[in-house]
Amino acid sequence: MSAAIEAHGLVKTFGSDVRALDGVSLSVERGTVLGLLGPNGAGKTTTVRVLTTTLVPDAGSATVNGFDVVREADKVRASIGLAGQYAAVDENLTGRENLRMVGQLFQMSRRDASRIAGELLEHFELTEAADRPSKTYSGGMRRRLDIAAALVHRPPVLFLDEPTTGLDPKSRNAVWSVVEELVADGTTVLLTTQYLEEADRLADRIVVVDRGAVIAEGTSAELKADLGETVLDLGFPDPDTAERAAGLFRGSWPGGVVVDGSLLELSVDSGPSQVMLALRDLESAGIAANRMALREPSLDDVFLSLTGRRAEITEEES
Amino acid sequence: MTASVLPEAAVPMKRSRLRRSFGDAMVVTERNLISYVRIPESLFFSSVQPIMFVLLFRYVFGGAIATPGMNYVDYLMAGIFVQTVMFGSINTSIGLAEDLQKGLIERFRSLPMARSAVLAGRTTSDLLRNIVVIVIITLVGFAVGFRIHTNAIAFLGAVLLMLYFAYAISWGFAYIGLSAPNSEVAQLMAFPILFPLTFASTAFVPSSTMPPWLRAFAEHQPVSLVINSVRALSEGGPTARWVIPALIWCTVLLALFVPLAVWRYRRTA
Repeated sequence: MSAAIEAHGLVKTFGSDVRALDGVSLSVERGTVLGLLGPNGAGKTTTVRVLTTTLVPDAGSATVNGFDVVREADKVRASIGLAGQYAAVDENLTGRENLRMVGQLFQMSRRDASRIAGELLEHFELTEAADRPSKTYSGGMRRRLDIAAALVHRPPVLFLDEPTTGLDPKSRNAVWSVVEELVADGTTVLLTTQYLEEADRLADRIVVVDRGAVIAEGTSAELKADLGETVLDLGFPDPDTAERAAGLFRGSWPGGVVVDGSLLELSVDSGPSQVMLALRDLESAGIAANRMALREPSLDDVFLSLTGRRAEITEEES
Repeated sequence: MTASVLPEAAVPMKRSRLRRSFGDAMVVTERNLISYVRIPESLFFSSVQPIMFVLLFRYVFGGAIATPGMNYVDYLMAGIFVQTVMFGSINTSIGLAEDLQKGLIERFRSLPMARSAVLAGRTTSDLLRNIVVIVIITLVGFAVGFRIHTNAIAFLGAVLLMLYFAYAISWGFAYIGLSAPNSEVAQLMAFPILFPLTFASTAFVPSSTMPPWLRAFAEHQPVSLVINSVRALSEGGPTARWVIPALIWCTVLLALFVPLAVWRYRRTA
């Protein structure tokens, strides 16, 4: 059986110079979760919009659930659910009215749509608020309603565009539980996120995008493995000192050397002796670190080493 | 989240393409009407402005404007009606610009619904809204001395014509709403179009005192033709010479604006 989502060389340009997608290819196996990771403006949302048929690519091709996103757009639309920051619920309608409307637009009879709306509201613990306009909902409730709206027709493929951006930790956990439940049920999920923790927890595979292109791909463990076993964090009083310290290691250090503000991060592959070496070099150069820590690399480190920037330092979305 | 399981999907109805398009448009219409009912301020304030125009022209300017063969209030109301439904069509562009801004269009576009439904639903709900506004303005007109000097059927014809005109115009405003960066700009974009068309017309004053170049425009532009038709149908006088060109104009505008708006909707990013 073919993959649930398959994209080859997607290109999308806005205006004359903004190349939002610059040859994105990806593939998602049925029943798995793909995390599309990258900062704002990296091309995550544009990728989702092409795959959900709301944007036609300038070049490249993609299939979702076996259907071509351009030539068989209606069949794709019948196979997918879309939720997230850019696909909203109507705030003047109640939760129940929103879900019923979506059901009817999936060509369900009014009676079927009402019944399913009621069941979804119960499942997402929104029954009490069901008949209040959704503008009175909290951020977490609204996001749950949004996801419920994407599930009215039980799509085999679900797109979640930054599903937890702006949510408090409790609501974020609730959304994560929903996603895990759906995946256990066989749904394929493509999830975009800026949160490394989210990709780490939910995604089977991760695709890292930056400036419209895929810059890395693999499981969370594979991406971390590329960075070596351990990261040595050294804190300095100011960025200048950190930069001066980095100068000692650049070119000669066997692993990655990254400066982030007043923090110097060194990849350590060969254990304690390498840490000793680093500290001795610092001491002989007369540079004093005021903090030191050894830790497992995070996806944040992956992003930093791939792009030279933190994933969560955001730029304006185009 | 809870012990309950997710509902299975219902079997979709088998409908012809046409019934499906119509059904989808009705679902969107209902959704828009719910918003109008839930935010009555919108309807209230869009009625306040024409009421103020009625009072302004009836009592402040009216005495100084000569309308041969007709009381000024009877002359005025045709202009007010058409001005009201024209300015009301701004709601079409505001509504669509808001839907676009809030991501609702994005949701609709990802659904397997008729591509025409969002625009058809919006223009239909604005048509229904216009009916309510016309009833309100008619009652206000009666209160300040407006009288129908023909008959109820002719006046009904006048109402249908202004609704047809408003419907055609609102497809033009649908195009504007989909092109505007946000709803505030959509609203601002409307005024340079509506203002000359409503005031350089026979809405409030006879064209006879205008300079020749303006008079030529005012007498032949569609808004005046619709106003003159409404005036003839409610107050008497020859009707065919106004109503026929007015109907042609409305039909031409509709035939122009519908494909334009649909084209814009399809390529809106």
